[in-house]
Amino acid sequence: MTNTPDVYRIWVYLYQTPLLWLSATLIAYAIGDAISQALRRHPVANPVVIAAGLLILLLGLTGTPYQVYFEGAQFVHFLLGPATVALGLPLWRNRKAVRRDLLPMCAALIAGSLTAIISAVGIAWIFGAPGEILASLAPKSVTAPIAMALTQVLGGIPALAAVLVVLTGIVGSVIVTPLMNALRIRDYAARGFAVGVASHGIGTARAFQVSEEAGTFAGIAMGLNGALTSLVFLVLPLFL
Amino acid sequence: MIYAITLLFLCQLAGEVIVQAIGITFPGPVLGMGLLFLVLFLRRGSTEAFDGVADTLLKNLSLLFVPAAVGVVQQIDLIQENWLAISAALIVSTVLTLIVTVYVFRFVAQWTRGTEA
Repeated sequence: MTNTPDVYRIWVYLYQTPLLWLSATLIAYAIGDAISQALRRHPVANPVVIAAGLLILLLGLTGTPYQVYFEGAQFVHFLLGPATVALGLPLWRNRKAVRRDLLPMCAALIAGSLTAIISAVGIAWIFGAPGEILASLAPKSVTAPIAMALTQVLGGIPALAAVLVVLTGIVGSVIVTPLMNALRIRDYAARGFAVGVASHGIGTARAFQVSEEAGTFAGIAMGLNGALTSLVFLVLPLFL
Repeated sequence: MIYAITLLFLCQLAGEVIVQAIGITFPGPVLGMGLLFLVLFLRRGSTEAFDGVADTLLKNLSLLFVPAAVGVVQQIDLIQENWLAISAALIVSTVLTLIVTVYVFRFVAQWTRGTEA
């Protein structure tokens, strides 16, 4: 076993560069995506859940703290911003459908956005959750960077808000297809819009798996809900 | 590809700068999305290279949430202490939001789309 120190030296070197955990994130996602594809995009086989599960296991086995992991993963995390901007493209491509459904979208956005905020806070409050949890839950239906900024307005914990956002996204993207089928709703614009309002980017990713039209409306919903929720939080402190 | 990435970054940057300048709590990237739409509107369309970059990014949107999802490990204590409240709130609220949104959308669309819907 003369090569053990070498292996250790390589591990120490890799541990210090962002490359290791950046690669691990991409590999974990590739595995998650392959499994999801092999199971014909079954809603339960969510690529985010599989990838995160593998990485959490790996972090646990190697005793790596999240901060060290994030040094590498931050480059992926950073792309959330440009990807949000990129949603302007499907918005432009589908401008005719968007203009046609402008009124249903506005009505559904206001109803859905308020339902998301009020029901989440209300239910957690009934179960006796403390104030910082309630404040971290309130923006759960908008995309991570927005929710992290908004929760601070109410005195929540940004890191917890980000996790709750991701969990909301996973719940919505797993539930949406069976739920909409049970409700016998075949309007993919409406289905996509609903999952975009409820479950932001992860819901949008799921909607793109189902249909381009659903994905587009989900993307628009995600953007608009980010904007509306921000407005609600902007105005809210004036009344508290 | 470089032009496409630059345009995406510039839209986000402009969004962040405008938000900071006005001094409001509003997501810069969302404003950036609006700015990109404006750019496409003024140019009367996109380019193949830009479509390639933007579509690749959107097709792999799930990947971008993986680092935040792994963050669960950091918050596990807080979540465990309040697991019932959090799971009830997340599941019930998400189902409610889906149902309310889709029915309001359908209800209004029946009026605005006319007979085709």
